[in-house]
Amino acid sequence: MGEMLRLDNITKSFPGVLANDHISLDVQEGEILALLGENGAGKTTLMNCLYGQLKPDAGQIYWRGRPVEISDSRTAVALGIGMVHQHFMLVPVLTVVENVSLGLASTRGLLLDLEHIETRLNALSQEFGLEVDPRATVWHLPVGAQQRVEILKALYREIQLLILDEPTAVLTPKEVNDLFAVLRRLSARGMSVILITHKLEEVMAISDRVTVLRDGRVVGTVKTGGTTPHELARLMVGREVVFDVHKPPLKPGKTVLEVQNLKAVGERGTLALNNISFSLCEGEILGIAGVDGNGQRELEEALCGLRRIREGQIFLHGQEVSHCKPDQLHQLGLAHIPSDRLDRAVAAKMTVEENMIASHISKPPYSKRGILNLKAIRQFAQRSIREFNIQTPSPRAAVTTLSGGNQQRVVLASALGHQPRVLIAAQPTRGLDVGLTQQVYERLVQERSRGAAILLISTELQEIFRLSDRIAVMYRGELMGIAPVEKTNVDQIGMMMAGVRLEQWRDSLP
Amino acid sequence: MADLLSQFLFIFTSPDFYAAVLRLTTPILLVAMGSIFCERAGIMNIAIEGFMLMGAMTAVVVTYYLGSPWLGALGAMLAAMVLSILFAVFVVIIGTDHIVTAVALNVLSLGATSLIFRRIFGAMSTTPEITGLPIWRIPLLGDLPVLGNILFNQSPLVYLAFLSVPIANFFMFRTKWGLNIRAVGETPRAADTVGLNVYRIRFYTILVSGLVAGLAGAFLSIGQTTIFQEGMTAGRGYIAYTAIVFGKWNPLGALAGAVIFGFADALQLRIQALGMGIPYQFALMIPYIFTILAIVFAVGRVSWSAAYGQPYRRVERSVD
Repeated sequence: MGEMLRLDNITKSFPGVLANDHISLDVQEGEILALLGENGAGKTTLMNCLYGQLKPDAGQIYWRGRPVEISDSRTAVALGIGMVHQHFMLVPVLTVVENVSLGLASTRGLLLDLEHIETRLNALSQEFGLEVDPRATVWHLPVGAQQRVEILKALYREIQLLILDEPTAVLTPKEVNDLFAVLRRLSARGMSVILITHKLEEVMAISDRVTVLRDGRVVGTVKTGGTTPHELARLMVGREVVFDVHKPPLKPGKTVLEVQNLKAVGERGTLALNNISFSLCEGEILGIAGVDGNGQRELEEALCGLRRIREGQIFLHGQEVSHCKPDQLHQLGLAHIPSDRLDRAVAAKMTVEENMIASHISKPPYSKRGILNLKAIRQFAQRSIREFNIQTPSPRAAVTTLSGGNQQRVVLASALGHQPRVLIAAQPTRGLDVGLTQQVYERLVQERSRGAAILLISTELQEIFRLSDRIAVMYRGELMGIAPVEKTNVDQIGMMMAGVRLEQWRDSLP
Repeated sequence: MADLLSQFLFIFTSPDFYAAVLRLTTPILLVAMGSIFCERAGIMNIAIEGFMLMGAMTAVVVTYYLGSPWLGALGAMLAAMVLSILFAVFVVIIGTDHIVTAVALNVLSLGATSLIFRRIFGAMSTTPEITGLPIWRIPLLGDLPVLGNILFNQSPLVYLAFLSVPIANFFMFRTKWGLNIRAVGETPRAADTVGLNVYRIRFYTILVSGLVAGLAGAFLSIGQTTIFQEGMTAGRGYIAYTAIVFGKWNPLGALAGAVIFGFADALQLRIQALGMGIPYQFALMIPYIFTILAIVFAVGRVSWSAAYGQPYRRVERSVD
């Protein structure tokens, strides 16, 4: 087994950030190397340097012992390096074959030679167990299939090293297993894989070795067989990690949010929510699990008054609010942590205090007959900055100047600042590091103890299991079932994420 | 009422009317076929209005000095291409807003063409004597009854405009370059990662739009007439843009759009010519009303790709 790739002291900085600080690592032939690190540790930056998307400031890349300069992706592919980005690099309106053919020379000169490509593509998908219809238009395909297209696209170019950036974020547990089987097949043929991830269980399941990054530096490279998830977590975070959230026993109060047969239409005009029914009590956390893109966003929007409802009803404190506007819902004690921080949750160029107060602005004492009470606003902002430990030079600093974690704290301060009775928390820890994630968990549990009813929409299964009292699973806009957390397990939830209904699951049990 | 009806009947039964439709469709169709590639590559190009006007003016000047309308047409293409290079440098390389840049260029073009034309010919009311582009009567086909005069007794640019539709369609959907152009417009970053040069493809397609828009401008000034007037394109660039949107960025669809506008234009000319008791200002509005209606009915079903009209920047701070 020889060395395939070596990175020697790669350094890359962005204005104000040293994203990669003298990073060295190597990959052997046939090896699966996990690149582990928290959000912002510099994993993707490093791989973009390797794939020619970014130019490192210093350092050298060696490919099979030879120093190489990778100025663009084409060079990387020519060397034999392929990459599957976290956000797929596919043209959605084109077919699978057309996507594969992009950037390749045609055997027919200027004319397209799609038949030729299709034949080879079919052979490749058979060989590696990557099933996909070559003539399908990409946007019609489910995410798992789109990922297979990305892998096929790389294999078609005869790559020897495949980089996958957080490939499991969009997959069901079964699809993750299928993907890992493909990766093992690649490695058995002498190809190497770099798997970028922040999930410890994946590292343990698939990799041969792990290189751990923290704050742009390599903090350790270990053989997977000789380490434990606990040790990896400590390396990744830099201190002991407590995984458990202390959650007092459930004391459900009266029902505050009730949803009956909800239907709503998505961006493409298709039914994005179909017959959703559930209820939520005071002092309870209901987790909504599911692979990203199965209607979670539409559900979040429908509940917060941001998406029109086709059929069905929503009741808040027994009052029908199906067609209420967001500010009316606010008045009734509903708060919202939006899934898309920059798009929905903050106005990036406005100040911290303006952002915090935006959803409360029409209430006294913050305004009276349309005139702002700047003093009351300032006091609220200062109190929140202390309470949520927000690192900002002043309440008047623009939100865009804060780090992602501190932006999320501003969002939390805004949503939780006035003791909401119902909280819709959508992906509340997306993009946060382990430490801050822990704080958010604790805060949500505190709100639950206070008596708030919380709907937690999350694609992170661990988060769902740690916080929820009951778990519901969404699949293609429908709820596959709702189960109390103590009566279910990851396998059952995983099956539901793949479209098996809870009743069907029960029937299939011996 | 019956009188009005019979006048419309007269218009619609006259072969000349249909010949005029083809003639008036031609400049719009040409510009649309030239511009559809950069549109597909993600450039929102309404600067074609200015390119066309520059072409119209240059065609007259070059024809006047060199005596050949063919050289005039060539000059028009080159002059419009120079303007398109300017547009491409701004929107592709510097990454400025497509609409703002195009509006600036169109205003520049309006001023520059008047200025240059007056510097050369003075502010006289009589225009210089030039020969325009010839009419080509296609042998045999041109002798067909009725159809011969409508279809085969036209300026060569009319034939070119209609031939360019299948050519553009083939190029767009059957060739490597067409596929690359579509990929670049739809998902530039994905195109970049497979080694397509987003900047180069967008730059060249803009040059093509300039060249062809120049030729379409020449058709206005030395094809249909032999004069140049200030602002003589009168929004035909914008109408061509509308035809592309109406046709959902497909050459065949854009052809349908262009013919609708050519029809509206021919109709308003006839109404003016016949009097018909309709004030000429209302007649003049007809093509523009068609444009608005077309957009109202088309835009609802148009899906813009997220990258359309957006500058592409290769290196951004990647978030991980």
